[in-house]
Amino acid sequence: MKKFSLVTLLISSILTLNAQGQEVSTFRSSGKIYVVVGIIAIIFLLIVAYLFYLDYKITKLENKDK
Amino acid sequence: MKRIPNLWYKLTAVIIVMYALVYGMLKELPNNVGVLDETIRNLFYHVPMWFGMIIILLAAWINSIMYLSKPSIKRDVYATELTNVGLLMGFCGLFTGMFWATFTWGTPWTRDPKLMGVAAGMSIYMGYWLMSKSISDNEKRARLCAAFNVFIFPLFIALILIMPKIANFSIHPGSGESVNFKTYNKENNLQFVFYPAVIGWTLLFVWIAELRSRLSINKIRKENEEVFTGNITYK
Repeated sequence: MKKFSLVTLLISSILTLNAQGQEVSTFRSSGKIYVVVGIIAIIFLLIVAYLFYLDYKITKLENKDK
Repeated sequence: MKRIPNLWYKLTAVIIVMYALVYGMLKELPNNVGVLDETIRNLFYHVPMWFGMIIILLAAWINSIMYLSKPSIKRDVYATELTNVGLLMGFCGLFTGMFWATFTWGTPWTRDPKLMGVAAGMSIYMGYWLMSKSISDNEKRARLCAAFNVFIFPLFIALILIMPKIANFSIHPGSGESVNFKTYNKENNLQFVFYPAVIGWTLLFVWIAELRSRLSINKIRKENEEVFTGNITYK
């Protein structure tokens, strides 16, 4: 949990730094690009969760046969 | 945590790729990118696939050399699986590149030296893949594949990096006389997203290769029914 909050803090600080003192380009003028970024992040995190699950299953398989 | 081995690099990979995905989309861009416009962001997604593939295939090549100098199941499995995952990464790069080219060059495929080199190189690696699937004798397959891999990696590098570099004309960035990475580098530091993206994606695909290797080694161990150390040779 501690690690997770640290990561969240890191990402949010990067985002804040990025947002400071820059004019709004057409790319993000509507603010909707953040929705796309959020969806990309969700898809990636789910793929990662699946990889962790696979990893866990393979570890169990290895331990069973020992 | 004992449940998941080598957790540190997996978490590192996830964090770095997450950073590259999110920050790559939100980063302010240089103004002088011309026809590329916002698609210069593909530098953070398309190019790391190729860089990562080269790193992973290099690792496979080293494992093949290690197999030839001291044969062991572990080295053979690592080389095979790393090559498979490298090829997967290459296809990610190929299809993203074709998609990008459709909107930048107006066509998904041109007779560009870089693209032709990649087509030839990927064909060679698909031949490697086919060979690794089609020989039933494990030891023979392992030795043939290792020897083949030792030769094809330098050839692959020559085809995708050196040949486009010495070609007279290429529209693909980073080859011949065309624009390269440094052209856009001056005011907006694209490399602060690009290099982490390369490292992150490479680690992520290494993770997949590790999963496949462990499954494969587990299977071989089961088949052989003997004390398995990871360093024995095929029976």
